[in-house]
Amino acid sequence: MQMDKLLKILKTNARLSVEDLAALAGLSPEETAAKIEGYEKSGVIKGYMAVTAEDFSDTDSVTAFIEVKVTPQAENGFDQIAKTIMSFEEVDSVTLMAGSFDLAVTLSGTNYKEVALFVARRLSTLPGVLSTSTHFVLKRYKESGFVIDGEVADERGLVSP
Amino acid sequence: MINYDSLIAKKCREMKPSGIRKFFDLANAREGIISLGVGEPDFQTPWSVRQAAITSLERGRTKYTANKGLADLRKAISGNIQKRIGVEYEPESQIIVTVGGSEGIDIAIRSLVDPGDEVLIVEPCFVCYSPIVSLSGGVPVPIPTRAEDKFKLTPEALKEKISSRTKLLVLPFPNNPTGGIMTRSDLEKIAEVLEGTDILVLSDEIYSSLTYGEKHVSITQIGNMAERTILVDGFSKAYSMTGWRMGYIAAPEPLTSQMLKIHQYAIMCSPTVSQYAAVEALRSCDEDIVKMREEYDQRRRWLVHALNRIGLDCFEPEGAFYAFPSIKRTGLSSERFCEELLDRYSVAVVPGNAFGETGEGHIRISYAYSINHIMTAVERMEKFVKEKTG
Repeated sequence: MQMDKLLKILKTNARLSVEDLAALAGLSPEETAAKIEGYEKSGVIKGYMAVTAEDFSDTDSVTAFIEVKVTPQAENGFDQIAKTIMSFEEVDSVTLMAGSFDLAVTLSGTNYKEVALFVARRLSTLPGVLSTSTHFVLKRYKESGFVIDGEVADERGLVSP
Repeated sequence: MINYDSLIAKKCREMKPSGIRKFFDLANAREGIISLGVGEPDFQTPWSVRQAAITSLERGRTKYTANKGLADLRKAISGNIQKRIGVEYEPESQIIVTVGGSEGIDIAIRSLVDPGDEVLIVEPCFVCYSPIVSLSGGVPVPIPTRAEDKFKLTPEALKEKISSRTKLLVLPFPNNPTGGIMTRSDLEKIAEVLEGTDILVLSDEIYSSLTYGEKHVSITQIGNMAERTILVDGFSKAYSMTGWRMGYIAAPEPLTSQMLKIHQYAIMCSPTVSQYAAVEALRSCDEDIVKMREEYDQRRRWLVHALNRIGLDCFEPEGAFYAFPSIKRTGLSSERFCEELLDRYSVAVVPGNAFGETGEGHIRISYAYSINHIMTAVERMEKFVKEKTG
């Protein structure tokens, strides 16, 4: 199924006015406002946030990407363990993967040691977790469709027929 | 010292440089310009097409192809035309692969026009028809279209300009710069006028894949019109392949065989790498067209809405990627409007009269830009219009 047009637009820019959103989506402003309210109430839209391009060297924050292998449980597969992991405040995202590991976990900490200790003491000791492999993020180039590092130049001339 | 001027052929010397060129120089001389001035897509050529070109180079396919183009490409073009508009063209004898749609226009006009022949040109339009007609010794006869008619060619306007010397009608729809289109019923009325005459049609359908709402209809689909029509289309706009220079002509064999002679002597064949890329475009990129069209459509809706809001009356364009609002309310000429807008707010748009005198009182705004870019430019235009109409 195709993603709703309005939702698609909101995913690229959630700060447009209802009037602009309506014009882009080909809806009336009333329909647009009602649809957004519907998405918010039903939980299709979980929230809005800014995609920022902070310089990693300037902030006291490290982000890690952790591959987690787990033993699925008879009753609820991967859900139980995923829910346990996502309940940790440090964890930003938990995703079930197809491939050589099961859960992709991203988390942030103030320094490497903090992240390492979290993995060693809390994540890998959870019942059902077979192994973890931790990768630290060094630099982001593109995120959520936005270019974070490096400009994409328009190589076309200024005016052409 | 050689007096070069006296040596240049009269027809070339008298040819006016494109009005766009002049504006290009003005814009280029400045820094920090936000442009809505280009006539080419902003998307990347689909990756599979670029990959096909790389592969063709790796395999060393760097020789001439047949004059009229690779057999595989002509077959694919024929299949694509059949699929889109249901008209059959024989790949072996009725299709020529050209260097962009531009070359197709050139060889079509040059193969048909004798000195004194009149060529009807629907205006406003792309800039090349009239100079090529003049270069052939023909007489360009503009047919003005109007915003009130959604910039369509009407049968009345056509009839008015037909004379005993009329050889060819240039029909450029979907239209650059107006965004106007011709529906089936619009075309049927034109066909009725042409039926029974000896007038041929050069149908420039380079924007055929970019219509919003109504699906594109070609004049070749109407009655017997295909037998008097040279269809020009290509890859530049549909697949965002402007720099690849890939276009084609589809026409009855007695016409292609004549055009092919000019193509043979002037061009030899279209670039081989681009031809392999074009085969891939036709094979695998239908979905890319749909995605690009949806994106253009969003921007189109926003732009038309915004232009009308800021006081530039704009009819709803249904094709290509341009809006062509009226600037009459500001009291400025098209050129003055564009120069002042550039000067004061660093926004580049193209004066409507660059596309024929009928375009005076309008400007062409391209929406082949990201929506954020368009919004920033329109914000500046709004301030300018307010000052002028305040």
